[in-house]
Amino acid sequence: MSAEIHSGHAAHDHDGMAHGEITLAGYLTGFGLSIVLTAIPFWLVMSGALGDKQVTALVVMAFAAVQIVVHMIYFLHLNTTSEGGWTMMALIFTIVMVVIAMTGSLWVMHHLNINMMPAHQMGAMQ
Amino acid sequence: MTVNVKPIQTGQPLFYVVDEHDHAEGGSTMLGFWIYLMSDCLIFAILFATYGVLGGNYAAGPAPKDLFDLPLVAVNTSMLLMSSITYGFAMLSMQRSRIAATQFWLAVTGLFGLAFVGIELSEFRHMIHEGATPQRSAFLSSFFTLVGTHGMHVSFGLVWLVTLMTQVWRFGLIEANKRRLMCLSMFWHFLDVVWIGVFTFVYLLGMLR
Repeated sequence: MSAEIHSGHAAHDHDGMAHGEITLAGYLTGFGLSIVLTAIPFWLVMSGALGDKQVTALVVMAFAAVQIVVHMIYFLHLNTTSEGGWTMMALIFTIVMVVIAMTGSLWVMHHLNINMMPAHQMGAMQ
Repeated sequence: MTVNVKPIQTGQPLFYVVDEHDHAEGGSTMLGFWIYLMSDCLIFAILFATYGVLGGNYAAGPAPKDLFDLPLVAVNTSMLLMSSITYGFAMLSMQRSRIAATQFWLAVTGLFGLAFVGIELSEFRHMIHEGATPQRSAFLSSFFTLVGTHGMHVSFGLVWLVTLMTQVWRFGLIEANKRRLMCLSMFWHFLDVVWIGVFTFVYLLGMLR
């Protein structure tokens, strides 16, 4: 450890978000995809075309996941290189946190609901 | 830049930054704002989780099927989607330094955003009129908290939009204003992403329940 520690600053570069690359084609592609990815789930639920509710729910959630990715790429211009990759790192960290919070809450509370039987059912079991 | 007052003796360890390197003004704004959006994302994650846990507790009150009007939600969704693409047009005009076009597209974005908030408020009013108030059941408490928080974000986004239009009108498309418009662009598109979650998990899956 010596004064040499600072030598890395010369290479320290601040490149902004990659907003230089925004194009009309990119926005229109994202918009077109979003319309399709929004219209299909609404149609599926409103018409009940798939019949089974469980299947419809899964398909609708899959469409939402794809649409979120489309918005991230075409509207938020997310990529792995902007800000030296830190935007992507922050996003991955957030996704991990969100998944833990969501699945954890739903899982714990679901089991709580199952195990905490209403009092009258408890009485019937005794 | 700071000059190192004490001469460094060779071999002596130095544990602080002597020379602060130069940051261009606003150079870290975009990353900082992205971190803010991620923290906002966590707020919405918690509200989604709360809704996921409580969304089925109707307390013998109205269920999603009795309350939600999917065609209206579809119209509302398209309003937000339209405002996203018009904001994109504003950014493209900004890139070409065309002030009038930028202002025009920002105004159109604002009108779509206003329509979204208006439709949402009328939906809330209708629900409350039918007795489906936030106090009615845990489902309605978590519903109004989640959807209301999103609506509040859009409303504040509208205030921000008008503020920036005033800024651009007074000072033109200077670097600072471009940076601010980019931040609002991220905020606006981020709210559209959150809305995907809302219309899917709250409205569409609610109707299937």
